[in-house]
Amino acid sequence: MNTVIIQYNAGNIQSVLYALERLGVTATVTDNVEAIQAADKVIFPGVGEASTAMQYLKERGLDQVIKNLKQPVLGICLGMQLMCAYSEENDTQCLGIFEEQVKLFKPTEATIKVPQIGWNTIHNLKSDLFNGIKEDSFTYFVHGYYAALGNHTIATTNYVQPYSSALQKDNFYGVQFHPEKSAKVGEQIIQNFLNL
Amino acid sequence: MLTKRIIPCLDIKDGRTVKGINFEQIRDAGDPIELGALYAEQGADELVFLDITATVEKRKTLSELVNKIAHRINIPFTVGGGIKTEADVSILLQNGADKISVNTAAFLDPTIIKRFAKNFGSQCVVLAIDAKCEEDNNWYVYLNGGRKKTDKLVTDWAKEAVDLGVGEILLTSMNHDGTKQGFALDITAQLAETLPVPIIASGGGGNEQHFYDVFTQGKADAALAASIFHYKEVAIPDLKQYLSNKGISIRL
Repeated sequence: MNTVIIQYNAGNIQSVLYALERLGVTATVTDNVEAIQAADKVIFPGVGEASTAMQYLKERGLDQVIKNLKQPVLGICLGMQLMCAYSEENDTQCLGIFEEQVKLFKPTEATIKVPQIGWNTIHNLKSDLFNGIKEDSFTYFVHGYYAALGNHTIATTNYVQPYSSALQKDNFYGVQFHPEKSAKVGEQIIQNFLNL
Repeated sequence: MLTKRIIPCLDIKDGRTVKGINFEQIRDAGDPIELGALYAEQGADELVFLDITATVEKRKTLSELVNKIAHRINIPFTVGGGIKTEADVSILLQNGADKISVNTAAFLDPTIIKRFAKNFGSQCVVLAIDAKCEEDNNWYVYLNGGRKKTDKLVTDWAKEAVDLGVGEILLTSMNHDGTKQGFALDITAQLAETLPVPIIASGGGGNEQHFYDVFTQGKADAALAASIFHYKEVAIPDLKQYLSNKGISIRL
């Protein structure tokens, strides 16, 4: 199986590569269009800021490439947010794969910190991505913006309010948490994606 | 619900874990990779690796070590110690560190916080503060591993650093560190209640009750400890079960 991690100006790519290695999978990190299109599985990771990431993707034509992929694609964190329609982070038009909107957490009390950093539970799991994953499993999150609930929500998490911690539309999957940093639960989710 | 985090800290010197270690089940107790992996397996929520290597030359081995840790460990980890430049940060992140921590260098040149946050994102910039409560009952910032006093109040420095873009604060009370008499609840709560970023409390954790206190009275988002875990005085699974039983939101 040929697994590709899309290389762009966002952090956290090595962690995903190493997580795949722990599962016995050697992935290729590349921004080469042909290599991405030819892959069996595509992972679109990312930690960073939405507008600069989108600009980078557009300059290289990767925005159109990603939108038109037919094989299973997994967006992680910022990668998932960029697959949504729009992000409030610097007023950014995103890829529009999911219609859901990305909004800034607005804490209702002073003790709620933004960004959310740490382990939180995932609920209402409904996708092959979560095969063997129990309701209320813990995954690791680091994010200040969240995807609102919508038609493509396949997992929810509560922070300030319930939001989409995972989305799916056809061959496109997105997770807000970091499966590559979410211990055994995360490894299972990555394995499930590879098994699709 | 977002959980409180338990964070073991490993001090690294010349690529080895220092401070006493007392684990029979791992082959090489001085190997930070083995120890980190064991803590991850036991349910640690994150790890902190603090490089206390004296010379710059030997520090080059740190990025190689970070790379090995990143290959092995499936939870987030922070690396600190002697980080001064974007190049220092870049090489650690490229080798798989999730966050870096800065201390003295950031105090001497606060613009590095702004630059690091802009280039790498606030989420990976942790400010470590060594704090000491003096006779005047004020908490002051100390530098150089606690050897040099400054006139800056901890609350002022923490606020400034948050404004510059740090994503988390690791607060170590020098008064409490090593005493095993409990964390500094007052200053921890003061920062946690006034700042919009998570506060990691460090120094003084000696038993399970101390962790309960720092999460409730201290309002900490995370608690860090070293030797009580290394010496198995407190086992991570027992600690997390205890906190959960007492109603603290904890990942089990």
